[in-house]
Amino acid sequence: MHNKTIVELSADLRAKKYSSEELTRAFLARVEKFNPQLNALVTLTAEHALAAARSADARIANGTAEPLTGIPIVQKDIFCTLGVKTTCGSKMLDNFIAPYDATTVIKLKEAGTVMLGKANMDEFAMGSSNETSYYGAVRNPWDLSAVPGGSSGGSAAVVAARLAPAATGTDTGGSIRQPAALCGITGIKPTYGRVSRYGMIAFASSLDQAGPMARSAEDCAMLLGTMAGFDTLDSTSVDMPVPDYRATLNNSLQGLKIGLPKEYFGDGLDAQVGKVIDGAIKQYRALGAEIVEITLPNTMLSVPTYYVVAPAECSSNLSRFDGVRFGYRCKDPKDLADLYKRSRGEGFGAEVKRRIMIGTYALSAGYYDAYYAKAQQLRRLISEDFKQAFKHVDVIMGPTSPTVAFNLGEKLADPVTMYLSDIYTIAVNLAGLPGMSIPAGFVGQRPVGLQIIGNYFDEARLLNAAHKYQQVTDWHQRVPEGFK
Amino acid sequence: MEWEVVIGLEIHAQLATRSKIFSGAATAYGAAPNTQACAVDLGMPGVLPVLNAEAVRMAVKFGLATGCKIAPRSVFARKNYFYPDLPKGYQISQYELPIVAQGKLEIQLDDGVTKTIGITRAHLEEDAGKSLHEDFHNLTGIDLNRAGTPLLEIVSEPDLRSAKEAVAYMKKIHSLVRYLEICDGNMQEGSFRCDANVSMRPKGREKFGTRAEIKNINSFRFVERAINYEIERQTDLLERGGTVIQETRLYDANKDETRSMRSKEEAMDYRYFPDPDLLPVILDDGFIKATRKTLPELPDEKRERFVYQYGLTPYDASVLTSSRELADFFEATERASDGEAKLAANWVMGDLSGALNKANLDITASPVTAHMLGGMIQRISDDTISGKIAKEVFEAMWNGEGDADAVIEKKGLKQVTDTGAIEAAIDAVIANNPKQLEQYRSGQEKLFGFFVGQAMKATQGKANPALLNELLKKKLSA
Repeated sequence: MHNKTIVELSADLRAKKYSSEELTRAFLARVEKFNPQLNALVTLTAEHALAAARSADARIANGTAEPLTGIPIVQKDIFCTLGVKTTCGSKMLDNFIAPYDATTVIKLKEAGTVMLGKANMDEFAMGSSNETSYYGAVRNPWDLSAVPGGSSGGSAAVVAARLAPAATGTDTGGSIRQPAALCGITGIKPTYGRVSRYGMIAFASSLDQAGPMARSAEDCAMLLGTMAGFDTLDSTSVDMPVPDYRATLNNSLQGLKIGLPKEYFGDGLDAQVGKVIDGAIKQYRALGAEIVEITLPNTMLSVPTYYVVAPAECSSNLSRFDGVRFGYRCKDPKDLADLYKRSRGEGFGAEVKRRIMIGTYALSAGYYDAYYAKAQQLRRLISEDFKQAFKHVDVIMGPTSPTVAFNLGEKLADPVTMYLSDIYTIAVNLAGLPGMSIPAGFVGQRPVGLQIIGNYFDEARLLNAAHKYQQVTDWHQRVPEGFK
Repeated sequence: MEWEVVIGLEIHAQLATRSKIFSGAATAYGAAPNTQACAVDLGMPGVLPVLNAEAVRMAVKFGLATGCKIAPRSVFARKNYFYPDLPKGYQISQYELPIVAQGKLEIQLDDGVTKTIGITRAHLEEDAGKSLHEDFHNLTGIDLNRAGTPLLEIVSEPDLRSAKEAVAYMKKIHSLVRYLEICDGNMQEGSFRCDANVSMRPKGREKFGTRAEIKNINSFRFVERAINYEIERQTDLLERGGTVIQETRLYDANKDETRSMRSKEEAMDYRYFPDPDLLPVILDDGFIKATRKTLPELPDEKRERFVYQYGLTPYDASVLTSSRELADFFEATERASDGEAKLAANWVMGDLSGALNKANLDITASPVTAHMLGGMIQRISDDTISGKIAKEVFEAMWNGEGDADAVIEKKGLKQVTDTGAIEAAIDAVIANNPKQLEQYRSGQEKLFGFFVGQAMKATQGKANPALLNELLKKKLSA
């Protein structure tokens, strides 16, 4: 059963081929077997899961089941879960049990999904390799010596290794799309404001957005339909109806205008990755799409802009972790300053501290205009690039990441190289647009992701384009050796 | 050298919303520690602020009442600093784009002069919690009930030139926010407090001197004393050739002095930036117009109306309109007295206010209602009782012995207007005081008062004074 998609599992559950409890036990058994080598989950909630599965079975029996009822999922450990430890990949929250559920968690719970556990992640979602986690690196199921990407690396590995049919992720600069690409799965970062951020531990509030990670566009469509929607608890969520994303999946791509930004195919793009992407574009041409070369002239500014905006916001967002009310507190503080310094010094990892320091500096008196204010201006320029582009094309495509998964430890010592691996995904967050990554081939045994970027609230079109591609390709159905 | 003080006030008025500015937790004062702090107020991971529309409405009301510009777009910003009673490590406030700016307020000074004080801005922000340093055996307790309570910070221009002016301005704002029903004005509970910026300059010079900021003063009396202390301290310093340093000071009411808290060098860099969790507040004309319609009659308008409608003196009108409750009480009394405005004003400002002060009661808790007081005034004006007897009636009403008619009836205080009865009393007084009568008739006319007193006493004060005078005069000269 573990190779089936949510759509198939949902049909089987309804047809009573097996119960949600059986399904849940099967996935829990896989987690038990494979997680030790992957380190993809940091918390297992087997008992909760079985109880949820049994109530899902009851709903299926009494006819109140929804399409997702009984489907096991994994939550990224950035989402607060009532009564279950929420660590955000940090020592700082190693002891933190939230007294509330994130809105997304509530929505998925109410739809009847069964949470198996919480996925490993880069500490506070800061990282592109899942190596900054306090709980250790996650390994890529396609090659255990490679990183799964980050920050939703645990979620991506869980789905790729078939430890669950789907997982949630969050994306601040590519944290859903890049690990989806590196692990050969499908993931979508919706438009900023489409999914509530309430209860999702903030990294950079103006960029963070939650989304589903699964094995197909159709499964993502199902999950996003449940996760999306206005939330009175999140002022930045948008009050717009959520379309039925599945209804338009099979729309024809005839005449679809696909823009290829020349900046996404230049220096820095691995030639073999480029070839895979070219192949995918050919496929789209065959599906009737029209290919247009476009330009996003400010692409090169997106990394420096992001590394001012995101650290600035995080330096403030992470101030609440002060050892006073919850989370890690240093032993025997001698006074207030000591409590702050040691709790934060001991509780946060190196990458988090680096970003807090960068952000604090960028917001300081005398530097604000040169950094933060300037970055906001550049952010508008970057958004303007996309606005211009979408006057001419329906979607934009390109590689999700300039390379396939790199080796564990390869870039950890060189943060700038690490930051540059997000060059194609970051601008989408700065503009607040929806973006998605789908499997498009391999370089050796490591997967390549195709990124599809859409206009605001045009998730349905992204999912449609991804689904049609997945109807004529089988990259998304490949299973990593050793996890079949 | 002659020195001039320059003062600007930053007043923090706690807005009287039921829930907090960014969460649904209650704002009621005095609950057990940390029972009115939800996950948002505690700054738990992942929680988000949602702006309370009522707080916005209240800020706009204040802006409209002071002729301020209401910003069509205002922005919440984060003020970052670490403190245990600041749960998020930042305070949500407004920085570059406040909701209300550029207004003015007229204050009345003791000498009858009116002065206009500029209002620079008023912005919305959340209050912090409280650190409790006592009772915790060298540890600090944190109570977050107050965290997230909405505040309107009202910043004046440096237009005030004496402690008295500062107090008059603060009182005026205090009265205004209560008129608008946007703040309960309770200074003991910290609902209304201020910071005072004080500097000195040689009289006639335009350039401001270096200022000291006195933080968190929570009574009118302390504002006056703290400023006067600061004037003396700075003047002294300057006269001796010293310089004032820019710093934050604390007023110690017990010692009646201000003390240095921190200097400019130690001032924190708050790293303000727009809060990405909150959207800019966009207010359209429709909202502003609708809010304007909800404004009550404001103190200045009411004062003017009292002068022309009731024929009161400007002074009386200004006393009676100093609070909305007092003004309402006066008007209700006036109605119940059937239009005896002057008497109503005198009784409200005189005996009633005196009794309330003595009992430390608010006008809204007066045991003598406006209806009762007005009823009593009717009995004065229809000559049922004299003004003097009225004092006795008032006291009985205050002590809960019923309304004026009941008291007059029960105590037999009805004025005697029966000529025969008064004449009989006068006759007896004259008969009993032959010596005084002789003296009076031989020219000592001031003894008339003696006879009035005796005759009044004989009627237990109930004789109609005018009638008694007339009859007495007649009999004495007979």
